[in-house]
This record gives sequence, structure tokens and C-alpha cells, in this order.
Amino acid sequence: MSGHAVDGTAADGRAGGGTAAGVMGVAGTAADGTVTAGTAAGGMVTARTSAGGTDAAGTATHCPYCALQCAMTLTPGARPGVLEVTPRDFPTNRGGLCQKGWTSASLLTSPERLTAPLVRDTKGGPLREAGWDEALGLVADRFAAVRAARGADAVAVFGSGGLTNEKAYLLGKFARVALGTSQIDYNGRFCMSSAAAAGNRAFGLDRGLPFPVTDLDASHAVVLVGANPAETMPPLMGHLDPARLIVVDPRRTATAQAALEGGGQHLRNAPGTDLALALGLLHVALVDGHLGTTERVAYRNTRTRGWDDVRRCAARWWPERTERLTGVAVADLRRAAGTLARASRAHILTGRGAEQHSKGVDTVAAWIDLALALGLPGTPGSGYGCLTGQGNGQGGREHGQKADQLPGYRRIDDRAARAHVAEVWGVAPETLPGPGRGAWELLDALGTAHGPSALLVMGSNPAVSAPRSRRVLDRLRALDLLVVADFVRSETAELADVVLPVAQWAEESGTMTNLEGRILRRRRAQPPPPGVRTDLEVLRGLAVRLGRTEAEFPDDPDAVLDELRRASRGGPADYSGADTARLDAGHALYWPVRGDAVTGGAVTGGVATGGALTGDVTIEDADTGSAATGATGGEPGAGTPRLFLDRFAHPDGRARFMPVEHREAAEVPDAEYPLYATTGRQLQHYQSGAQTRRVPELAAAAPAAYVEVHPDTARGAGLADGDPARIVSRRGSVLARTRYDATMRADTLFLPFHFPGEGAANALTNPALDPVSGMPEFKLCAVRLERADGDLRADEDLRGDGWVGDGRAEGGRAGGAGDGSTGGGSAGGGRLGDGRSAGVHPDRGLDRGLPGSGAAA
Amino acid sequence: MSRALDVVVVGYGMVGNRLIEEVGRRDPHGERVRLTVLGAEPSGAYNRVLLPGLLAGSLTEDDLALGGPAGGGHGAGHGHGAGTRALTARTGARAVRIDRAARFVTADDGAQLPYDRLVLATGATAVVPPVPGVRDADGALARGVGVLRTVVDARRVRRLADRARARGERMVVLGGGVLGLEAARALAARGVRVTVVHPAAHVMDRQLDAGAGRVLARSLRRTGVEPRAGATAARWVPGEGLHLEGGEVLRAAGLLLCTGARPDTALAEACGLAVAAEGIAVDDALTTSDPAVHALGDCADADPGLVQPGWEQAAVLAARLTGDDPYARYTGTPRVTRLKAAGIELACLGDPFTEDESGAGADVVADGPGGVGDGPGGTGGGAGGVEDRAGGVGEGAGRAGAGDEGYGAGGTGAEVLRFEDPARERYAKLVLRGDRVTGAILLGLPDAAAGLIQLHDRGAPAPSDRLALMLGRALPPESPTGPEALPDHALVCRCNSVTKGALRTAWYEGARSAPELASATRATTGCGGCAPAVEKLAAWLAETDPVPPTTRGAQAPDVSRGPSPDVNRGLSRDPSRGLSRGLSRDPSRDPSRGLGPDVSPDLNPDPSQDPSPTSTSTATR
Repeated sequence: MSGHAVDGTAADGRAGGGTAAGVMGVAGTAADGTVTAGTAAGGMVTARTSAGGTDAAGTATHCPYCALQCAMTLTPGARPGVLEVTPRDFPTNRGGLCQKGWTSASLLTSPERLTAPLVRDTKGGPLREAGWDEALGLVADRFAAVRAARGADAVAVFGSGGLTNEKAYLLGKFARVALGTSQIDYNGRFCMSSAAAAGNRAFGLDRGLPFPVTDLDASHAVVLVGANPAETMPPLMGHLDPARLIVVDPRRTATAQAALEGGGQHLRNAPGTDLALALGLLHVALVDGHLGTTERVAYRNTRTRGWDDVRRCAARWWPERTERLTGVAVADLRRAAGTLARASRAHILTGRGAEQHSKGVDTVAAWIDLALALGLPGTPGSGYGCLTGQGNGQGGREHGQKADQLPGYRRIDDRAARAHVAEVWGVAPETLPGPGRGAWELLDALGTAHGPSALLVMGSNPAVSAPRSRRVLDRLRALDLLVVADFVRSETAELADVVLPVAQWAEESGTMTNLEGRILRRRRAQPPPPGVRTDLEVLRGLAVRLGRTEAEFPDDPDAVLDELRRASRGGPADYSGADTARLDAGHALYWPVRGDAVTGGAVTGGVATGGALTGDVTIEDADTGSAATGATGGEPGAGTPRLFLDRFAHPDGRARFMPVEHREAAEVPDAEYPLYATTGRQLQHYQSGAQTRRVPELAAAAPAAYVEVHPDTARGAGLADGDPARIVSRRGSVLARTRYDATMRADTLFLPFHFPGEGAANALTNPALDPVSGMPEFKLCAVRLERADGDLRADEDLRGDGWVGDGRAEGGRAGGAGDGSTGGGSAGGGRLGDGRSAGVHPDRGLDRGLPGSGAAA
Repeated sequence: MSRALDVVVVGYGMVGNRLIEEVGRRDPHGERVRLTVLGAEPSGAYNRVLLPGLLAGSLTEDDLALGGPAGGGHGAGHGHGAGTRALTARTGARAVRIDRAARFVTADDGAQLPYDRLVLATGATAVVPPVPGVRDADGALARGVGVLRTVVDARRVRRLADRARARGERMVVLGGGVLGLEAARALAARGVRVTVVHPAAHVMDRQLDAGAGRVLARSLRRTGVEPRAGATAARWVPGEGLHLEGGEVLRAAGLLLCTGARPDTALAEACGLAVAAEGIAVDDALTTSDPAVHALGDCADADPGLVQPGWEQAAVLAARLTGDDPYARYTGTPRVTRLKAAGIELACLGDPFTEDESGAGADVVADGPGGVGDGPGGTGGGAGGVEDRAGGVGEGAGRAGAGDEGYGAGGTGAEVLRFEDPARERYAKLVLRGDRVTGAILLGLPDAAAGLIQLHDRGAPAPSDRLALMLGRALPPESPTGPEALPDHALVCRCNSVTKGALRTAWYEGARSAPELASATRATTGCGGCAPAVEKLAAWLAETDPVPPTTRGAQAPDVSRGPSPDVNRGLSRDPSRGLSRGLSRDPSRDPSRGLGPDVSPDLNPDPSQDPSPTSTSTATR
């Protein structure tokens, strides 16, 4: 145990860690007195379970939900099939779990779980149970028929940032090799694409956090832009000192509140003004003399290009002008800029709030510009990063389920990349399709004259999570064949012609890549229930029926990982050294992690820096050079905790400043729709809620859609606290309970997007896309607020149970709620510009996602 | 596609440059509009607004460049076909004649530039007042005298300032308007002693009432600028200083004239365009008396003087020229003046001079330590001395509302709020009509200013809490609340949805310490942030309910308040309160903060719904 740390030797006694771990041990006792009694130290359990993964003390794995991938141990419960969750110490979560993690095992035995394939014989008919042979045969036959009639691109695939690396990889291979289609994308397009595109432009490489989460503990100033970890990944808050937080958010989120109470700052800017705010802070840092220090001048001169252009962009955003647009007081700008600039270690982190805009890439670019001006990226103990959302939002964007990518984070339009991957796959390079449509364009094209007419959805619930969801529902209904692999009847599954019941996280093995780019082992604690297959088995079953060999589509995750390692070798996200032995031994493998057999390593070697075999790579290591400043790339098989310490990934080794300018959102409030609406998350729910709404404890705590609104604004609409309200945009309307919140801006409403049916916030959202990333504008649209007298019969209405797919939706209120009177087609469609084009922008792709996920994650 | 429109822009300042950018954004390849811009100054466009930054030394000339990334002397427009035929920039070339009949412009280098449309963005020039001695015999500025309109001007002033500083002498700024004060503040930041001479009774008299003027004078003195209001310049004597009417002499090494700007209309007049007092006459399409000629910015008579209106005009004109919106109109820009002077937070919007017409005044006067010492000293006196006549505010609002009928026509029914705290350099005056802010002065209240400007710009209704509106965050902080003050439905552990009620229930069921509470409810097991709160709660419960641990498992009295923890551990749902109420309410997010009566009682601690722990524990026994 001593030579290299294992999973979970994180507790280093720094603030917060000790307390949480201590409490945790006790909590573990409560969960299962016999197994973990007396393990207050936490690490003991881990130490025993991490090497082999499963022993008498349980199965060491990670939470099924968000990208923090909190470590947990699963132990057999009182009844067969029931598992108990015990938090496990690990550098990221330090023994903490939020309510979602604690309750995650309850879905394994949910009565709503599917255990047999379902088939709909006629459109509009009911779903009936079927055997696997029948279901897979039907799907394969119809895929083949559609392909024969309309071409390979008539069959499409929609994946997920919740899939393991192995599943994401095999899904991409299935699309390109078994189906031969270019039409594959995934819900991660709705999450990470903007940050990824900006990161690639700036640094030449996109890894959400190019440093371990534990670096944040020692930071003197952390700016969170449009991120609300107190709700979305609570244990992360243990790494953030509230006194040193600067939270940028139009809402007084739980995170913003924590900052204010702890002596930090909340910059409550107007929706859609994050970009200008970044330039305003840069301006202040410039004129207040913070950027002229020797170190910063040297950094800009030796490690970056393009400062002069960006300095001029920033010069236009003098504080008073910034204040007028953003609503952030000049004094607050100066204080924030000063705090950030004076910190010897500082971080800027973006979240979906900054990224989910039609100017998401430029917004992230502006914050990266600020970080570069301050000399943060690639400096030990400082940096820029984005907080990845979905469980495998990082790995999911690297292994080829994106319209424009091949495994290893390679571009599909790169000749060398195509040749390498084709060789691994044993096919001719020219048989590989080119780039396909991005997620929104793909969904928008379904069932149209030139779009796909058959779709396979794996691990995603776009009926709830995609923007302008009424349109998406229409498109899904227009398909000749919709196939959904999921473990519950999600809203998308309800529309399907074939539903394939698949295993959950505790019933399968594989790897996940967390928000730090660290590759983690997901371990199987028990077999799936009878009648349920894994996603890999589903892909293999379909591929074989489509004429491929079993050898090409292994259903053993370790075999898939071996192939993935070969396919990613030499790519930007190189996993070739991430073998199961190292992973099981608990090595901290942050990619790129080169394999023993790799020679040269020229592709990534210069970028990769350091590689300690420790679970907790501390800042002290970096400072002393022991971990992070050694030979680039480290030894074969070693990971890369911190990127960019020596050089950035552009050929010249320098980061790029990116000149950007503020622009309006695609839709701004006007007389008819006078308010901003913004969407986001609640602690109890994950993504579309397909999973968490089925966990009784979570559903009870957060049962239904609501709209957060300033009391003055609500009263102006005649709404008392708790009244049913209707929120209307040009694309649809939503029914939600009024929730007064005097910390809201009076011009802004907030709605969680986890709920389906009448409460589906995405009925409102605007699919105006970022021209580079293809990210829709989830975070901002124009709405009006109305009373909904008599509209809200019961809370079930807001939960939307069973509202869709059973005919009610067509004739019932849900259909009416589409609000055709406002011409849903015009505003959204008209803004799309090149939305119909079959290919995505060459720079797109560098994303991954969040809002969308569905159940199979 | 039809031939691209040839547009010649005369004037490459902030507004001319903005027009180029706005056109470029709409027509990046120059397919609809081909631009030629003529700039008299040798450099490309630059940011005039930031000239005081050059004086202060916080910015370099390079920082002011507006030419966009391509920058440089012949800066191509930001994003507008740099390197293409879409834009031709001719800097250092002055337009000398316009032939409207033949539609071409002649430059001083002899070039003749034909146009389909002509845009005049000639800006304004500094006014040199007729004060004896400020000009030489040949009409040039006298030794020691400067203006501040261009980068060249700024260089001269900077030299004057450095000389003054080196000799320990003063500089005088003539004119206490916005530019005069910003320049004075910048000179002070450069280390120069500065006196501002202003003829009216107080500085910035076009924007401020007398009360605000008095407070601003204090702020200026604190930041190193000596205001001399009510003083008239009589004569400048180089080497000596400025003579005032009445005989006083202000010894000074330099004199900076900030006495206004005059629209540059000479070209327009020479070619016979209609010119009004405030500039070249334009309609709301920014078209002059010649349909082929437009004018905008400081040279036109639509909202001259500030950059924001000019930029908005540029967007309107670009939309028309490119055909993006042939009917775009310029309908005015909400007037906001924000003094850019480090250490002074001053914002003025709309028309703040209206006096109360509602019949119920709402003055709030801080009874601080008089006009004597600066700073709050003991603080208690100041804060406590705020005489809150907020009752009058409500009344005033009510009457203003009632008088709404007449407001459109007669302008009656204005509601006026005022707050004065000169000792702390704070002053606020708000004018509202109906629910809209129509004028305001805010000094020393930065947070309020930021919010108010947004309301004003968008014509949004003002919040009902007028005090919060006027003072921003300058409200007394809410006193921290202990566990006893929390209602049962208050969320203690957000990560696991654990309410105070659930923790109390767990306590009664035998969890008698913070770790045991954590074990029973999962509180503290997420981010750990609530650990101190849970410990406090445990201590408070131990104090108020000192049941020995041996009674563990005894019948708990409070279980009825929530589901059994065995079933729904840690749930915050409280059936008695209905769904979606109090479910994720964190008491620390109490919206009542600073907002008084607006808050739903549900969100406040309410003892009547929270059986006192003492009585509960009594029942236990």
C-alpha cells in the first residue's frame, strides 16, 4: 500500500476533510452496522476494497450521477438485489455524498424498472413485452431496411455523457462501422461543447479541469462563473473556501449564498452578460495596475500569443459601461478584480451558466482571456477549468460518439486520425463516414424529408432535456422507428417503438473519466436482474444482426477498454496506458496516460507533465516539482495530473488569447415577453430526472416543477406564493408553482428543467445555437408570466407522470400547452441559420454534456 | 444580388468606428455595403472616453485603440473584412468638401470619394472660453493652457501636469462638469494638486441638485481635488496663474479648459445641410435634410455629448444601411451619467430635479456627526441616527399611484425620495412616476446605482421596497440567527435535504450528538458545510432537552411533524405545509433580508408554527 497510494488516500487533514470523514464513518455505521462498524477512519474500508474492487467489505465503485464521481462502497443489503451505499474516502468527495448518491441504489429495485424488451406493433398502439431475439431482430431488420431505402444516414444514433468510456466508444464504432452512418451525436453537445471549443482554441487541448480538484483547496481566489456546485455537486464545496469565492450568477444560488455568508462575493449580473463582465474585470485589472508585474509580463511574453488584441477588447469595457450592461456595481468589479489579481494562487472555473448561450464559446474565451492575463493556466496551484456536469461528461466527449470525432479526441476530418482508427477497427479509412449533424440539428431533422427516419437512443432523454422540447417531441413522433435503450420508461422511451431494458451502474463494469480527467473504475456489485442486458450486449446483438462479427463488438468491458486504448493511442486523449491492472491498483491515472508500448509520444508528450502515482496529488508536490515538473509525459503508464505546466498543446507551446466582443442573446425581453427565463438544476435531481424522479426520497423532497420569482414580479402578475403559474415563451408554455424569492432579480425567472410534461422547462428554451459549438441557448429566453387559474388540478400535473405517449398528450392539455398560437416555429427556427446543414462546424465537437442525460447514465 | 452600397464615413472617432463594426457584424464580407472611412487624426480610432486614464497613467495610448485586432495606423474595422475590399480606412485625411449634387467627398490630399450614402460622424471640438489670456495672439492656446479632446491634447496636458508636479505647483481645471471632474481626479491620481474652478453654485450643476453638489464637494476634497464653485475666471497669466473675478489669484502652473464641446458642423453647413443649435439636424432615421446623407454622434442633434447614444445610433444606422432592418429608428437613449473618478461613486439618471408632487415627502436625513469630522467615527451614532420616515414613502407611493391619470399629461404625481448623509459622503435622490424611476442622483451608494441604472434603462417597474432600492446594500446587516430562531422546515443540510425538524425528530429518537444526528439523518455528509450548524443545534437541543441518553427510543413527541425517518430519512417534506413550500428553503437565504414586509410569512421564522422545544421536551417527560 505504501509505494503508491490507492483510491482514497485523500484525507490529508486539510480543512474540511477530517470532519467530513469522521462523520462519515458514523454514517456508514448507520447504513449497515455490521459491515462498516468501526470504520470511522474511512480509508480502511477503501484500502481493503480498492485493490481487488470487491471483497467481503463490499464493492468499491463510484456514484452513478455527476462528474465528481464520488467514491462509494456497495454492500449487499437485507434482501437479495438490495445494495447498501456507504460513502468512501477519495480525493474528490473525501467521504461525502449528497442525497442523490446516498439513495442511488434504490433505483436498482425500483418497481418502475424494465425487465423485458417492449415493442409497439403499430404507431399509436401500446407497448407490449417481447423477447430479446424478437426485439433485436426487429430493430436490426428495420435499421437495415431504412438504410437500404434511404441510405446509411437515414439511421441515426443519440448517445450520452452518462455512458462509460467503453459504451461511448462502442456506440461510436457501432454507428460508423455497423450502421455506416455519420448521424451520431449525444447530449453532451448540450453541456460541454462551448467550454471544450474554447479550451481547444486557447490551450490546444480540452480537459475539463487540467489539474486535480484538490488544487482548489489551497487556492486564494476561486471565481465560479455560472456554476452552482452547492446543488449540482455538493461535495465539491468541501474544496472551496467560501471566503475566497467569487460567484458570478444572475441568481443568489446556494453557492452564491455560501460565498456571501463566508465573506466572499456574489456578482449578480444580468442574464447573458457574463462575457462583458469578464472583459470589464480584465479592464479593471489592467487600469488598476495588476497586470504589469514582472511575472505576469513574462508569462504573457513567453507562454501566450495575442495579448495586444485582447487588451484592446478589454479597454472598451470600462467599469461604468460594464456596470450599465451587467448590473454589477463598479465597486464590486474593482473588489473582485483586486481579490483575483492579488491572489498568489487563483482559479477561474466556468459552468453551464456561462456556456449554454448562443455566445457560449466566446463567453468562455473571455474568462480564459482573463485567466491568461493573470498568468493562471499552466501555473502550479492556479488555473482555468470548466466543471463538467454529467458522470462521464469528460470521457463521453473523447471516444467517438460525437458527430465530428473519433476515439482519443481525434477529429473525424483528420486524415491521419481516420487511418489510425480504421486500422484498429479493421476497415478501410474511406468507409468511415465524415462529420454528421450536431445534437440539436440532428434532433431537429428527425423524420423530415432529408433527415434520419430511424433513431437509436442510448442513455439519454432528449424529450425532456433538449431545447424547445415540444418540437423535439414532434420530431421523435415523426420517426419511422425509435429505439431506446434505458432501464426505466423515460419520456423518450414512452415514444419508442422498441425499448431495450439495460443494466444499471452497479450491474456493470467499465471506466468513467471524472471532471479532473482521471480515469476511474466502475465495478459491478451484482448481476443485472433476469431479462436485462448491458448496453454493450445490446450493441453486440444489433451489430451481429447487421452483419458484423462478434469479435468486432465485444461485450466484455475489459476487452472494449483494450481496444479503446489502442484506438486512442497517440490521440490528444491518450488512454493507452490505462490498463485494468493499473486502474485496479488504484493508480491516479489522469489522461493522457501513455502505454508502455508507445514510442515517441510526440503527440502528447510535450503537453503531458508530471505523473505521480498517488491518489492525492497535492499542490505541495507541484511546487517542489516532485510530482509535476519532471520529465514531460512521465514514465509510461503514468498519468498527467496537471497539464500545461511546461507548455500548452499548440504546436508552438503557447496559449492563445482570443479577442471577443459582447453580443446580445438571440432573444431578449420585449413588450410581449418582458422577462428573462433561465433554467437550471436542483440538488435532488439529475438531468432530465428520469432516474431521480423515480427515487421516492428524492421525489418527495423535490416533487414538481416550480418557478422562482421575485415577489414584486409575481404580484405584478397576480400570483401569490404557491399559486400555479403559466410561463409562456414563443416556443411553448410551462405550468409551475410560484415560489417567491426576494433575492431574484425582478426581471428574471428561474425554472428547474428536471420535470416532464406540463412542467418541462425546456418547452420554453430557445434552440439558437452557438455558431462554433452548436450549444443551444438554454440559459436565456424571453417569457411572460401569467396566472394559471384552474389549470393546476393536482401536483401530479406538474410531475407530468404518464402525460406523454399514451394519447393523452395529443388531445389533452399537454398538446394545447404547446401553444401554437405563438407560432412556436418562427422564433426558434428562424434563428438557426445554418441549422439545416448536415455537417457541424469544424471547431465544434469539443464538448460534452449535461442537460440532457437520461436514465441509463 | 444588387451592387454593394458605397458608403463614405467622414470621421473615424468612437462613433464612426462603431458604425464600421456594426456594419461589419451584419455584412462581414462587404456584400451589401462597401465602406470608406476618413479620419483626420493620424492614428486610427481610439477611445476618447478613457482620455483621463492617460492623464492618470493607468492606461497607455495603445490601450485606447479601437481599430480592433487588426489595429495599427490603418486599422481595419473589427471583423469587417480586414484585408478585403469591404473597408478602406484613410487616416490622416481630412474631408474638405462635399459635393451633394455629384455625390462625392473631397479629401485634403486631393482624393475624390464618390458615395451612394454619406455618413457624417465629425464629432465635436473643445470650446475655448473667451477668458483673456488663454489664447496667444495667433489664436493658439497660450503657454500652460490645454484642452482634453484628443490624444494629442492629452499628451500636452500630461506634460503640463508633470511640470506642475515637479515644481510642486497646482493645476487649475476650468469647468466643473463631468469631463472637468474626471480630468481633475485623474490629475490628482498623477500626484498633482488640482483646483476646479466652476462658475455655478456647485459642480456638475447640470446633473446635480445643491444637496448632492455639497456632498460631492466633500468627496472631491477627500480624493485630492479642491472645488471652487461660484468662481469666475477673469484672466490667465502664464507663469503666474488664474485670476478670478474679485481679484483672487490661484497660482498654477497649468490650466486645463473643460468648458464644453461644440458640434463640428462646418462641413455640413458648407454644403447646405440643415443645422440646428445642437448639431446637424437629423430625423429618427439619422437622415439629414439630404436623404443621401446621415449624421450621428456628437455632430448630430440627437442626444449629443455621451458615447452610449452615439453607439446606439451606429447600430440603428448600420441596420438601415445593410438592409438588416430598413425601418430601424433611433428613439433616444436613457440618459445616464456615471462619473469615472476612482474613489467617487456618482450616478445621475434622467431628470432628478423634480421636487415632490405627491404631497408626502420622504426625506431621510442622516443625523451623523454633523459637518465636522469625516468618517463615521463611532458608527453607532450615524446608523442609529438615520431618521427613517419610510412610513411616508408608502403613503407617497399610494398617492402617486392614485394620481396616475394625470401623470402622462401634466407630469404631476412624482414621488420623490431623498437620503442625505454628508458625513459619510452619501446622498440619494429618487424621482418616480407611477412605478418607474424617471430621475435619480446616487452618490456613495454604488450598489444601488448599479441596480437603478438597469431599471431605468429598461423602463422596468421599481421594486416596492423603496428603501432597498435607494440604498442598495447599505442596509443594516441582518443579525445572525441561532438554531432556536429557525423554523422546523428550515433546511440545515442542503446536500441531503435535512431540515431542523428532521434533526429534532432524530434527537427525540435518541440521536444525542452531532455524529449521531449525522448518522440518523445524513446531515453533514455531503459537503460538510453544515457541520457547525448541526453541532450548534445539538448543543441547543442538549440545553433545552436534557434527556439522558438512557431514554433512547422513548416515544418521540414530534414524529407527527414528518415521515418516519426509517422510511424517509432526512426528508424535509412537511405535509402540514403543502408541497413545494419550505422544501428547499435555506433559512440563511431568507428573502426577507432587507425587504421588510414583502416576504411571505411562510418564509420567516414563525413561532406559532414551531412548538417551542421547551414545551415539547416537557411533554416528553
